[in-house]
Amino acid sequence: MSEKIPVTVLTGYLGAGKTTLLNRILTEDHGKKFAVIVNEFGEAGIDGDLVVGADEEVFEMNNGCICCTVRGDLIRILDGLMKRKGKFDAIIVETTGLADPAPVAQTFFVDQDVGDATKLDAVITVTDAKWLKDRLKDAPEAKNQIAFADVIVLNKVDLVTAEELASVESAIRAINPYAKLHRTERCALPIDQLLDRNAFDLDRILDIEPDFLESGHHHHHSDEVRSMSFTIPGDVDPEKFMPWINDISQAQGPNILRSKGILAFKGEPRRFVFQGVHMILDGDLQRDWKADETRSSRLVIIGRDLNENELRQGFEACAA
Amino acid sequence: MNTTTAPVSLREHVVPVEAGAHVVGAHWLKSTLALALADGRVLRWSDGALDSAEVHAGGILCTCSDGERLITGGDDGRVVATSADGATTEIARDEKRRWVDAVTVSGSGSIAWNTAKTVHARDDKGKVRSLDVGTTPQGLVFAPKGYRLAIGQMNGVSLWYPATEAKPEFLEWKGAHLDVVWSPDGRFVVSSMPENALHGWRLGEKPSHMRMTGYPAKPRSLSWSHDGLWLASSGADAAIVWPFQGEGPQGKAPRECGARHAKVTRVAFHPKALVLAVGYDDGCILMIRLTDASELLVRPALRDSGITAFAWDKGGKRLAFGTEDGAAGVLTLPAA
Repeated sequence: MSEKIPVTVLTGYLGAGKTTLLNRILTEDHGKKFAVIVNEFGEAGIDGDLVVGADEEVFEMNNGCICCTVRGDLIRILDGLMKRKGKFDAIIVETTGLADPAPVAQTFFVDQDVGDATKLDAVITVTDAKWLKDRLKDAPEAKNQIAFADVIVLNKVDLVTAEELASVESAIRAINPYAKLHRTERCALPIDQLLDRNAFDLDRILDIEPDFLESGHHHHHSDEVRSMSFTIPGDVDPEKFMPWINDISQAQGPNILRSKGILAFKGEPRRFVFQGVHMILDGDLQRDWKADETRSSRLVIIGRDLNENELRQGFEACAA
Repeated sequence: MNTTTAPVSLREHVVPVEAGAHVVGAHWLKSTLALALADGRVLRWSDGALDSAEVHAGGILCTCSDGERLITGGDDGRVVATSADGATTEIARDEKRRWVDAVTVSGSGSIAWNTAKTVHARDDKGKVRSLDVGTTPQGLVFAPKGYRLAIGQMNGVSLWYPATEAKPEFLEWKGAHLDVVWSPDGRFVVSSMPENALHGWRLGEKPSHMRMTGYPAKPRSLSWSHDGLWLASSGADAAIVWPFQGEGPQGKAPRECGARHAKVTRVAFHPKALVLAVGYDDGCILMIRLTDASELLVRPALRDSGITAFAWDKGGKRLAFGTEDGAAGVLTLPAA
């Protein structure tokens, strides 16, 4: 198998500055060639080499599971692009402001042909510092986009006061504490902060900021999208953990937007890392725990309508 | 190297053809081999003489042939016919440059293709009718007899008579349907699905379902035997061949031919005999006789050179193949 092509998904609510960011990525002097898949083809004025219009066609699988969806148009386009390997170095998928990022992310886990040829690098969400808090009130898509992000570009910070900025950041952190957050004016930031993040790479999950893991104690109504993190100071028993995580993702998958974890399995020198999108989980044993590392087991879940105490007790019951 | 299980080799009967880009489709136009390439070119090969022309501005996405013309659909939104002498005719052009994902041609020269969620059918006199199907179809195929089109789409397959005003018949089965084939006797329609399965219908007053599952990957290449009694498919580490005698394959086990540690990507039945060409994602090609499961090696495994296209000539004397890294070749079967 030859090298997999990295794919960056660019999302964000209407008017947040996606196209500005995309144009920055494409015009910066980086020597890379991109294939760009856009929903609003023709309106963006993108100076790219290979721009393809997508039509946001979501395929439900016939297994009866409503949360296991993939983007059919994306599969088709990626399949077409893969025939022209060597013409570009990376792919950027720009989704519409109203798009749900889940079917895009799941496409890379569920469709084997896509997974063999490409790898999801990161979901980048562009947000508007001035209007995000309003969108969080009236638009569920905006919450989902924040929840899914690996990188958040908090744009238009020049249009708000320091207090407003602090308030919008804390609203973002309540939903998603582990994304990298960049404050920008007109989306100005170096391209290496956006691309080659490997955020979906199981090896890189420890990039979760440890401080954020301990700051999940916000009080919100249960219908809101928010994150919760759980830590067991030592090992877990895989015989207990694996059935438990499978059960909760089967039962509560539609409400779990993203999950990530790094676990110390009893008697196992390697770290077990996993991540998931809804009820689709991907996990593996990775490198050894280092000598100076404390073996501990951590789990982050971002979702809505989740019972934090129940999940915490369930996880803690997996302790070895 | 010689062990009792090693297949006998046909390698010395293969003439290489340098295609230079991912081969999307291979078709024989009488004695001329036409290769459609992912860089938009059509390459014509005739007993060693090569000629190529840029037919699409962009990539070629899909191909079909009636034995006279190579029909290609491109990401430039055009459908083009190329004849054996290299002459090209534009069949259609989409103003918005939307991708043409599927093309098909009937025995009488009717052509169908899609642009986004609309299917267009052009009869042999050139009259075009269009049908909006709601989702982007990837599988289009004409009935073996008559001007009727099967359209693979979301949640089923439509059977449409483009020359009439009648509403298409809809064969419903939940999920997405990708490629579609129609059995040579017209009795069965089979589609491939992203759930790594085939779904089929036995046509009639009340079409009945057939489920063919168990593939580790999507079965994207389907080929009927010349007698219509077998359907070969890709998507596993062997070619999966389903029996279609009588009522079809329900309750019967498929044949598994050419099991190797690689994924089958293309299958193509010989036009006159129960012999199957099997191409793998590691570049290997085997020729397998169904009657005794004997195997002949056509091409050894070659890294990054997975098989993407097959074409038997009409008489079954020559097999052409193409690969993802731009290699191609023609096997001429030795006289028995």
